[in-house]
Amino acid sequence: MNIIVAMKQVPDLEQIRIKDKKPVMDNVLWTFGSLDKNALEAAVELKEVAGGKIIVLSVGNEELEDTVKEALAAGGDEAYLLADEEFAKLDSAQTAVVIAECIKKIDDVGIILFGEGSGDNYSGQMAGRVAEILGTPIIGYAKSLKLNDSTVTAVSSLEDREEIIEANAPVVISVVADINEVRIPAVTQILKAGKKPKEVLEADDVQIQIPKAAIETLSSLAPENNRKRIAVKDTAELVAALKSENLI
Amino acid sequence: MRNVLIYSEDTSLAVEILTAGKKVGVVKAVCINDEEQAALLAEKGVEVYAIQQNDLVMADSGAVANILQQVAAQLHCPVILISSNRRGKLLAGRLAQKINAGCLTGINNLRVDDGKIICERNVLGGAVIAEQIITREAQVLAVLPKSFPAAEKADGGSIHAIGVSGTATGITLLSTLPKRGDAVDISAAETLFVVGQGIESQDDLLAIEAIAKAVNGEVACTKPVATDRKWFSEDRIIGISGKSCKPTLAVLLGVSGQVQFYAGIREAKTIVTINFNENAPIMSMADYLLNADLNEVVPALKDILA
Repeated sequence: MNIIVAMKQVPDLEQIRIKDKKPVMDNVLWTFGSLDKNALEAAVELKEVAGGKIIVLSVGNEELEDTVKEALAAGGDEAYLLADEEFAKLDSAQTAVVIAECIKKIDDVGIILFGEGSGDNYSGQMAGRVAEILGTPIIGYAKSLKLNDSTVTAVSSLEDREEIIEANAPVVISVVADINEVRIPAVTQILKAGKKPKEVLEADDVQIQIPKAAIETLSSLAPENNRKRIAVKDTAELVAALKSENLI
Repeated sequence: MRNVLIYSEDTSLAVEILTAGKKVGVVKAVCINDEEQAALLAEKGVEVYAIQQNDLVMADSGAVANILQQVAAQLHCPVILISSNRRGKLLAGRLAQKINAGCLTGINNLRVDDGKIICERNVLGGAVIAEQIITREAQVLAVLPKSFPAAEKADGGSIHAIGVSGTATGITLLSTLPKRGDAVDISAAETLFVVGQGIESQDDLLAIEAIAKAVNGEVACTKPVATDRKWFSEDRIIGISGKSCKPTLAVLLGVSGQVQFYAGIREAKTIVTINFNENAPIMSMADYLLNADLNEVVPALKDILA
């Protein structure tokens, strides 16, 4: 069976600067979220049992073909990309429809992996929406996964407990950062990545009925920084200052 | 006033969501397989609908979403408020898709203006706070833990039965285990010492734990310290993908101040940063700044406090 890893193209957050309380996105590099990379790493481990291919599926802007290179170097066998500014602007409700429709077009999909949240907005609603459209079970917050024939057994990590749960493929799974350590691809893998098959589609190429947007953003501003910024010269002065405010 | 349905499997979060729900409309609550929760919410003045479904697997978010869909339809609730914890977020997307709703998770605050529910949440990793509205009638709103106080007792509550049919989606629960390691709740601590990547040796943690203990504090960390170095369990991560904390005092040790981290500590009353790098972003985002070598500051702090 094939494994899909749905990855979100996000701006490199460390490069975003704030000007007049607004984020400046010019010349910011695009990457995939760190939790999405955990999902890809989990796919590499599952592939040994699943056989089949790892297909990286992503919806993003025109730079997506470039963004996906690192995922293909890190274990993706193929990429299925919807690269178009029109797609990059979609909200979660709209993107979920696009992702689910793409999955329907791919043969023999057994496992669909997501990070528990995207690298930028960390909403965590995409996996649930896609599972609902496809009518599959969903395993959330997996910190370990085992595949036996077509049955997935997972440890699902909640805030105060862990649940061992089981579901049969096809199944949607979201993973937490604890599930693995993402390896950095070797140079040879990076070189090979350029030659891996990519299906790159633009808005006009796909016949998908995209619903109307569900979210409107009224404002998006950096929070005020009202901190006192008092420099102290050593530990003793710091402790004295905190004691004077009854903080320790 | 519109009807609002509230639900959380976790009672401590259900009472917070109740407070949020009252800001939005007339609250009705649904409790699934939890009579105690139903009684508690009724004591807080809510019209509660209690459901008992013995074969329901709570880990089956599709099945739970199916129940909420039926209850929301029967009670004419276009808005559903749930908790933005892990279980809640898993449910949020599934439920929203089922009822053709717009959905926002990780909501810190909300208010109603001209009939619109305006939700505040961190976006771009916490670099900015967005005010967003859902433009569809059906809305699923997931509220972050500790964003609203627990609701007080009130008169007028009642408990009702409601008929729903369950639809399992193929999740089997084999067993439930308590979390291994420490079950500390850093978001409840008044004082936090936060370990960042500027703490070079794991040996320093003993001293930091001793300092924290001496002032009744807890030790937390940034994400890489837990996920890359594995020095702590993920329960101790502060940030947009960890916990949001509002302590009276947060002492940041070797924390550079990336936005994804800072979003989780921004609400602290007083922030102290101790960092060797005077150019670290955190040096402009704290109340007290000590530009010094942590190898010297940690033992000195321990000598004075512990």
